[in-house]
Amino acid sequence: MNGKTRETVKTTYRDAIREAIREAMRRDERVFLMGEDVGRYGGCFAVSKGLLEEFGPERIRDTPLSESTFVGAGIGAALGGMRPIVEIMTVNFSLLAADQILNTAATYLHMSGGLFNVPLVIRMATGGGKQLAAQHSHSLEGWYAHIPGIKVLTPATLEDARGMLWTALADPDPVLIFENSTLYNREGELSVDAGAVDIDHARICRQGNDITIITYGASLYKVLDAADILEKSGISAEVIDLRTLRPLDDAAYLSSVAKTHRALIVDEGWRSGSISAEVSARIMEGVFYELDCPVERICTAEVPMPYASHLEQAALPQTETIVTTVKRMVRKNG
Amino acid sequence: MAEFCMPSLGADMKAATLIEWKVKPGDFIKRGDIIAVVEADKGIIEIEVFEEGVVDKIIVPEGKNVPVGTVLAIISSMKEPSETKEEKIVEGQVIEKKETALKLEPEKVLVQEKPVPPLPEVLEGKKHFKVSPLARKLAEELNIDVSTIQGSGADGIINRADVEKAAKERELKKKIPVTEKAKMPKEVEYQAGMRRAIAAAMSRSNRDIPHYYLETRIDMTRALQWLEAENQKRSIKERLLPAVLLLKAVARALKDVPGLNGYWIDERHQMKDEIHIGFAISLRQGGLVVPAIHNVDKKSIDELMAAMSDLIARTRAGRLRSSEMTDATVTVTSLGDLGVETVYGVIYPPQVALVGFGRISEMPWAENGMLGIRRILSATLAADHRATDGNRGAQFLGSMKRYLQEVSML
Repeated sequence: MNGKTRETVKTTYRDAIREAIREAMRRDERVFLMGEDVGRYGGCFAVSKGLLEEFGPERIRDTPLSESTFVGAGIGAALGGMRPIVEIMTVNFSLLAADQILNTAATYLHMSGGLFNVPLVIRMATGGGKQLAAQHSHSLEGWYAHIPGIKVLTPATLEDARGMLWTALADPDPVLIFENSTLYNREGELSVDAGAVDIDHARICRQGNDITIITYGASLYKVLDAADILEKSGISAEVIDLRTLRPLDDAAYLSSVAKTHRALIVDEGWRSGSISAEVSARIMEGVFYELDCPVERICTAEVPMPYASHLEQAALPQTETIVTTVKRMVRKNG
Repeated sequence: MAEFCMPSLGADMKAATLIEWKVKPGDFIKRGDIIAVVEADKGIIEIEVFEEGVVDKIIVPEGKNVPVGTVLAIISSMKEPSETKEEKIVEGQVIEKKETALKLEPEKVLVQEKPVPPLPEVLEGKKHFKVSPLARKLAEELNIDVSTIQGSGADGIINRADVEKAAKERELKKKIPVTEKAKMPKEVEYQAGMRRAIAAAMSRSNRDIPHYYLETRIDMTRALQWLEAENQKRSIKERLLPAVLLLKAVARALKDVPGLNGYWIDERHQMKDEIHIGFAISLRQGGLVVPAIHNVDKKSIDELMAAMSDLIARTRAGRLRSSEMTDATVTVTSLGDLGVETVYGVIYPPQVALVGFGRISEMPWAENGMLGIRRILSATLAADHRATDGNRGAQFLGSMKRYLQEVSML
């Protein structure tokens, strides 16, 4: 970013999120966290460990096992002037609250003729790779990106894990944050003064000229690994982290594709009707005449996520597949 | 209505200059007429037409260099639409029946033959092109005809790199005349073009064709005796050359072993019924042209001699016809005049065989336990191992040898 060296600290994705919650709780007394097992148990992915002790049961609230109820309560609290952070264990369970999210949170501003906005933040884990089987491992963030009236964030980096929450809380409308469960243990260096980040722009994580690989969430690291491997074969891949699936930052990936003339989308969601389908369509609409080959996609196999580790890995997008697909698309030397 | 397009006069020809129109709008033309003269890398070539009709419009003016496939003129058909349709239906059915029923003259039946197919490259070029959107846009900007580009992408899709390459090649071609044309005599320039064409075809052959070679020695004594006796009866003008016997023997042997007559295209062996022998003619100024003598198997010795003399004369004068440049089904090269004993040829793709003849020289020759002096010819076959095996090749050489023992059979 700039020349000056920043002081960094070694941390994890999980700790970065916890730090973001802690900061929000300290800065704004209207902020509170609620969800299943977020208090005494410390969260099913241990994100909120220690927060109950620090902030007390008023602000770190364990809820009954009823997603519809506590998401509804969060909407009510938001309407009542609070800034709730609602945690849902996994995206699969969020479907129990889909009615609250889609029919209430997303529509309230519209139904009230602009009178009532819903400043609610919902966090949930998403994605496969941890052998949690077919009812805990799907990637349905693309579905939520279908809904007007909400924002859908998919932090992949420590910076975004640390910084997206505050910006989401500041947003007057509902924001959903999807945390890929394989990222919680991811370690890295984070600037000690890391803070709020924008949630409106995709980010170019790696510059390249031969192809644009568009991805988000945990797939970002597979794509970056693939880009390293491809570089050794003389293929320079530009990697874009979408960061926010709704609204999509069209300008970022369209201008990149206009430069590289090829696009591959890597999406942990299922292929049919996915966010990758949406991005692909927009590329066709926006920069068709810049394309030198068809847009391609690598998605999760269209099966319920298998439990067996080798089958689960086979179902998910993998680095090797990305490498071979890009090589085929770029076909250097004819 | 038909479009008369710049034909491909060889696998590696991309463009040519139209130097002369032999017809003008309103002229009646029939199949086989020479209607234009173009200058390609290979030389000046007369272009025949395969339509019958009236020249409607000349589109490309004389002196203009255009890519293969460019529409040069529009020819409108003389026939009534219904008549054309009727003939089309009849085509492919029993022709004898039609002849009697419609009293068509043999000539008219001939007209119905499919036009001589251009080289496969051109046929491919006529297909719907798959061009990436970017490549198409770029080609429009650079004013490049995508039909002249070979796609390198999957399934031959033309992509940006292909268009850029084509643009670069065009620039290079432009640059040579600008910087060197002034210094370079026309002859040298023409030679350079021909060398490029030969280089491209021979590189492709050497790269793609797994050649196998067979050699045999043929006692030509009796054949030459027959020829000398025959020539004594003839005026100098009508005299026969040994090459005529060789061509005829090649054609006869190809009838016996048809696998060597044809093409290897798209991983497939395509045998041909017609025997059009490409006859390698070296040019005095250097370089080589291999025009075809058509239907050698159907020509008499005299007709063949006339065809050969005509062809050599026109080749050296640089006036060849387009069909002669494109439709040879096999090649014969003879270097005996220059004292070469044995020829090991390089096949002209997409053909699958080349027959080479060396010098006919007197040699001690043992036959039936007797030693004598005979006139011996070394004949070789270079053949494409994808299309045929040594066994076929051996049958061919054996058959040719037999015909040259009994020239009366020719």
